[in-house]
Amino acid sequence: MKVKPVNHAKAAEAFIEDTAHMDFHDERLWDLRQKRDGQMHILPEWQELRARASAIKEHTLANLPEYLEQFEANAKKNGIHVHWAADGAEHNRIVGEILEKHGAKSLIKSKSMVTEECCMREYLEPRGVVVTETDLGERIQQLDNQMPSHIVVPAVHKLIPDVAKIFAEHYHTDPNDNSAQSLAWQQRLAARPVILSADAGMTGGNFVVAETGSFVVCTNEGNADLSATVPGLHIATIGIERLVPRMADMGVFIRMLSRSALGSPITQYTTHFRGPQKGSEMHVVLVDNGRSHRLGMEEFWTSLKCIRCGACMNTCPVYRRSGGLSYGAVYSGPIGAIIDPTFNERKYSTLPFASTMNGSCTNVCPVKINIHDQLYKWRRVLAEHHELPFVKREVMYMAGKLMGQPSLYRAAINGTEVALSTMPRFVLYNWLNPWGKHRELPHPVKQTFHGWYKQNRLKTKKKEGEGA
Amino acid sequence: MQRAEEARSLPGVRMKIGLFIPCYIDAFYPNAGIATLELLEKLGQDVEYPMNQTCCGQPMANSGCNKDAAPAEALFVKNFAKYDVIVMPSGSCTHHVRDNFDAIEQTDEVRHVRENTFELVEFLHDVLKVEDFPWAEFPHKVGLHNSCGTLRALRTASMSELGEPFFSKPMDLLNKVKGISFATPKRPDECCGFGGTFSVTEEAVSAKMGTDKVRDHHQAGAEYIVSADTSCMMHQQGCAERAGVPIRFIHIAEILNGARE
Repeated sequence: MKVKPVNHAKAAEAFIEDTAHMDFHDERLWDLRQKRDGQMHILPEWQELRARASAIKEHTLANLPEYLEQFEANAKKNGIHVHWAADGAEHNRIVGEILEKHGAKSLIKSKSMVTEECCMREYLEPRGVVVTETDLGERIQQLDNQMPSHIVVPAVHKLIPDVAKIFAEHYHTDPNDNSAQSLAWQQRLAARPVILSADAGMTGGNFVVAETGSFVVCTNEGNADLSATVPGLHIATIGIERLVPRMADMGVFIRMLSRSALGSPITQYTTHFRGPQKGSEMHVVLVDNGRSHRLGMEEFWTSLKCIRCGACMNTCPVYRRSGGLSYGAVYSGPIGAIIDPTFNERKYSTLPFASTMNGSCTNVCPVKINIHDQLYKWRRVLAEHHELPFVKREVMYMAGKLMGQPSLYRAAINGTEVALSTMPRFVLYNWLNPWGKHRELPHPVKQTFHGWYKQNRLKTKKKEGEGA
Repeated sequence: MQRAEEARSLPGVRMKIGLFIPCYIDAFYPNAGIATLELLEKLGQDVEYPMNQTCCGQPMANSGCNKDAAPAEALFVKNFAKYDVIVMPSGSCTHHVRDNFDAIEQTDEVRHVRENTFELVEFLHDVLKVEDFPWAEFPHKVGLHNSCGTLRALRTASMSELGEPFFSKPMDLLNKVKGISFATPKRPDECCGFGGTFSVTEEAVSAKMGTDKVRDHHQAGAEYIVSADTSCMMHQQGCAERAGVPIRFIHIAEILNGARE
């Protein structure tokens, strides 16, 4: 069966129709963008930090094999088991085997986009492992059987009553509970016993340090630390692009991550994992899953610099008004639109077009990924690979021909003028004409500029010429 | 502004200007085109509008169909190669010609055209360095809309994301107009959602962004939205009229040329 492209426009339209949710979503994320601006203004060296962060990431990516091997050697010295996963399936198999070896039937985890990428829950659960998300937003999404809609605030598209309803269904709490604090408390009550009795814990990793063989996890709720330390078996699933060469580099990235993401100076918890505690085991699964392929793409490899702060999503006026789920992918928003097509070109062929290419994303990116340039480049690649809808392709082909022929073009322009002034409203405003659905068409004018110039300049010039 | 500096360093040379009028200005907002021409003439410039012009190729290129932009780009060069500079009242078209105009072979002629194409505001501000518009008076509160093309590609104003010191070439010019005052919207440089074909393919998001934009300006007390880009305003006007937001639209060239309302 042919894969159908994600219909972002349709999903976004449905999101917009629900005004209460949409307005909250837009305001909430715009508020994060403003808080981020506030933090930026505090640091006069912000642009220097961006340049430094970008350079470190580019250097690391250009020397990735060496740094990965350095990390592996150092991590092993620290007593960490290091695994390599070429793709999602291999990742899931590795995790499954570690759990099986320990007879682990319950896994608690903190948010990790890589496990979403690998569809790990879907793999483990039929094999008898109960997977429990411990972070509030991610747990809400798990209970509601939805993907995270944002890489930092996964349930940001939901309002308090939505959460109350979900908790009532699963935790038997008050469905009319209208307090965020009380709902968060309910989650804590539900999660703590699961955490205390879990057989294994899983985290992601924000940064992997080659020279020390350690990795860094940045969170605000602290559940990652519980997942990592309580059960005695810690598996960290990390994308291979998360590497940095030196511990000193953390001084750049830690200063930027939370400022860019939430507009706070630092996350509540920044934990450096350097090896297992006495009597426990620590595993790191380094996941490729398309990353080396992306590294080889001349126009798109710098998307691997991403530190998953979500600043591009918070600033994106399209994302704020369409919601993360409308992208139909693990990664949404501007960064998603340039990463997702590397996973499946056809399925995500619509995403680079879900942008006005305004460029705000590129400006907020702490590692200076030229996101909107890559969106533009993706459009070209997708057109060349015949991944544009038939009508759009045909329209552009016809338009291209028309624009090359002045007389034909002139006839078309004059036609527009006549059409706008004489056509009945129902002809101009119907389902065939999406422009008019929520907007009026431009007003017809008596004369085009072209006509005016001919009459007011060319004729005058001609007369002057005759007079001379 | 490398190009602007170079152009300015030609003392005493009267430039021959080719005027490009984008399709939607030609068809729907001829007054913006007329104002641009009259303004340049008032400033003593020698301006010509080549009659065989059509489009710069941007709509095709932005849709990914770069090859389909080739006929338009070739014709554009044919029409404009003979001029010293090409001026257009449109940020996005200037951005296309300057930064993305590569569907055709990059000959010396093509490079000449690309390097000497200016958006009207930057031309007035950086090249002609106009000090004064003695004929202009506009006693109204206006909200300035910087299109993303002028803001983030041509860099005619500071961008909020970078935290750089404030500057605004369009505001510098408008500040020379008698009686004008400015409204300050809450999100001054948020995109209005036009985005070319995006306005049709992502109709719902586009219209919502446009409606939010005009409401923001209206709530800030703007009587008019003024912009250097008519495409954004065509979209915003459509949104404002449908949503019943009482706000009017005017191209910056019209105000600088002395429009009275």
